[in-house]
Amino acid sequence: MSARSSVEAEPAADSKSWTLRIRNAIDRHLPMDHLLPDRQPYYVGSWVYVFGVVTIAALVWVILSGVALSFMGPQWWHDSRLGRFVNSLHFWSVQLFFIFMVLHLWGQYFMAGWRHGRAATWMIGVVIFAVSILTAFTGYMSQQNFDGQFIAVNAKDAMNAAGVGAFFNVLNFGQMYGLHIMLLPIGVTILVVLHIVMVRTRGVVKPIDAEGSSRSHGEASDFVGTKGGGRP
Amino acid sequence: MKSMGATQEEYYRGVRMVPYDLVKELFIALAGVGLLALLAALILSSPDVAPVTVAAWAQGDPVDFVTTATNELAGTTVSAGYGNPYNTAGAGQSWGPIAPQKWFGTRIPVDSANSFVIQPLQRASVGNPDLVAALDTWQKAAADQQTKWLDAYTKALADAKVADGKVTVATGDYGPLPVMMSNLLGVAQAGGLDGLLVINGRFYQTDYTQPLLFIGDGTYFSGLAGDAHLSSSLWGMMNETGSYPGQTWLWLYTLWYQVPPFNSTTGFLGFNASNADLGIIILMTLLTAALALVPFIPGLRDIPRWVPIHRLIWRQYYGPSKSRART
Repeated sequence: MSARSSVEAEPAADSKSWTLRIRNAIDRHLPMDHLLPDRQPYYVGSWVYVFGVVTIAALVWVILSGVALSFMGPQWWHDSRLGRFVNSLHFWSVQLFFIFMVLHLWGQYFMAGWRHGRAATWMIGVVIFAVSILTAFTGYMSQQNFDGQFIAVNAKDAMNAAGVGAFFNVLNFGQMYGLHIMLLPIGVTILVVLHIVMVRTRGVVKPIDAEGSSRSHGEASDFVGTKGGGRP
Repeated sequence: MKSMGATQEEYYRGVRMVPYDLVKELFIALAGVGLLALLAALILSSPDVAPVTVAAWAQGDPVDFVTTATNELAGTTVSAGYGNPYNTAGAGQSWGPIAPQKWFGTRIPVDSANSFVIQPLQRASVGNPDLVAALDTWQKAAADQQTKWLDAYTKALADAKVADGKVTVATGDYGPLPVMMSNLLGVAQAGGLDGLLVINGRFYQTDYTQPLLFIGDGTYFSGLAGDAHLSSSLWGMMNETGSYPGQTWLWLYTLWYQVPPFNSTTGFLGFNASNADLGIIILMTLLTAALALVPFIPGLRDIPRWVPIHRLIWRQYYGPSKSRART
C-alpha cells in the first residue's frame, strides 16, 4: 500500500520529458477525432473523394498478395496454379492501384487540393506516385519471364545514360527483387501513412473560392495558402 | 502559432458537418477493390511467357548466335562498345558537359569477348584437345591475324548453312574460329553456357548482367520482342506480352521516344536520337518536379479555378441549395 501511495504521489512528468512532448504533440496535431472523423463537411459528397480510399484499398491488396508471393519465393508462381493466381491478384491489384491513384491525382488537381496549407500533402502525393512507379518497375523486372528480360535489357540504357545504372543494375535480378519486396514497399507504405496523417491533420480542403474568403476570387494566394488559409 | 487541431476546427467553423463513417468506407473499399482484383485474376490471369535462354537462342537461331559470338570477339556488338558502367569502349550519352554515364566509371565491368566467348570456352575445354589447341592458336595469334580471321568468318556467316543444329560456312582461312564457334554453339545448345555466363566463383548467384547483355546483342531476342509488340517503336516499355496492360503509367516517358527531337538524327538544342535516353530522363525529372511544385507555379496552379470541373465535384456547394447548406 505504501509503495502504491508513493507512486501515486510522484509529480507529473515535467516538460523535459520526451515521451510527454511526443504525446502532447500527437494530441495537439492529430487528435483521434481528426484521425478517425465521424463527421465531414457537407460538400464531401462527390465520388472523387472515393479515389483516395480505393487507392489505399488497392495498396492493401498489393501488399497482401506481394507478401504471399515473397513468402513462397520468386519461382513459385511460375510452377503452381495457386501461385499463378496469387500473382494475377498482385498484377491486377497493381493495375487498380495505379488507375485509382491517377484518378485521385487528377481529382485533387482539379480541386486544387494543395490550398490552405496543403502544399506538402500534394508534394508527398507526387513523391508517392514516383516511388510507386519505381516499385512497379522493379516488380516488372523481377518477373523472371520474357517481359522481365525485355524490360531489363531496354531499361538499362536509360538507367546507364542517367548514371543511375552504375548503382541500380536492372540486369541484376537479386538487386531488383530485393528492392521490390523490401525497401521500396516500405518506402511507399511510410509515405502513404505520412500522406494520410497530413490529410487527416488538415482535413479536406474547402471548395475553390469558398464563401467567407477575405480575398477576392481568383487571387493567386488562395491557391498556395498559408496554414489555416485565413478561412473562417 | 495555433495548433493544427485548433486550426482544423477553426477552418471548418460555420461549415455544416454531416455524419461520416471513415472505417466503414475503408472496409467497403477493401471489399470492392478486392472483388475487382479477384475477378480479374480469375478471368484474365496474368502474363508469363517463358524467358529466353541462351540454349533456346542457340537452338532457335544458331547462325545469329554464332554471328553474335564472333562479333563479341571482334568487339563490334552493342555491349562490347557500350562504355560505362560496363567498359570504356564507348563514350556513352552526354548533353554538353552533362555526362552522368561517364561520371561514375566502370562499376560493373564486362569484357564481352572474354566474358561471353573465351572464358566459357576455356572452362568447357577440359578433355577437349581440339578446343584447347584452337584457343591456344587464337590467343597466340597477332591482333592483325585475329582481325583477318574475324573479317573472313563474319562475311562467310552471311551465307552460313544450318544442318542438324550445326553452322557450316564456305571453306576459307578462318584460323581456329570454326572450332571455337562450333564448340561454343554446342555448349550453348546443351544449356551449359547459361550456367557458364553467370558463374562467379561462388555457389549462389542472382546477377544476370552477362547473359542478358549477350542475349541482347543478338537479333534473336529483339526479333521475339518485335513479334510480341514490345519493340521501342511500338511503345515497348509500357507493353506486356499478350493483350495484358503493362506499365501504362509510363506512357508519357515512352511518348517522348516517338517524337522529335528524341527520334531524329538532327535533333534540337543538342538532343537527338543518340542521346535520347539522357534527354528524356532529364525532361521527365523536370516534369515530375514541376508536378510536385504545381502549388507554387502560377498558371498551372490556377487552371483548376479556370476549368469548372470543381463545380461538378462540389456541386452540393455550388448548387441551388448553397445558402441553406452553409448554415
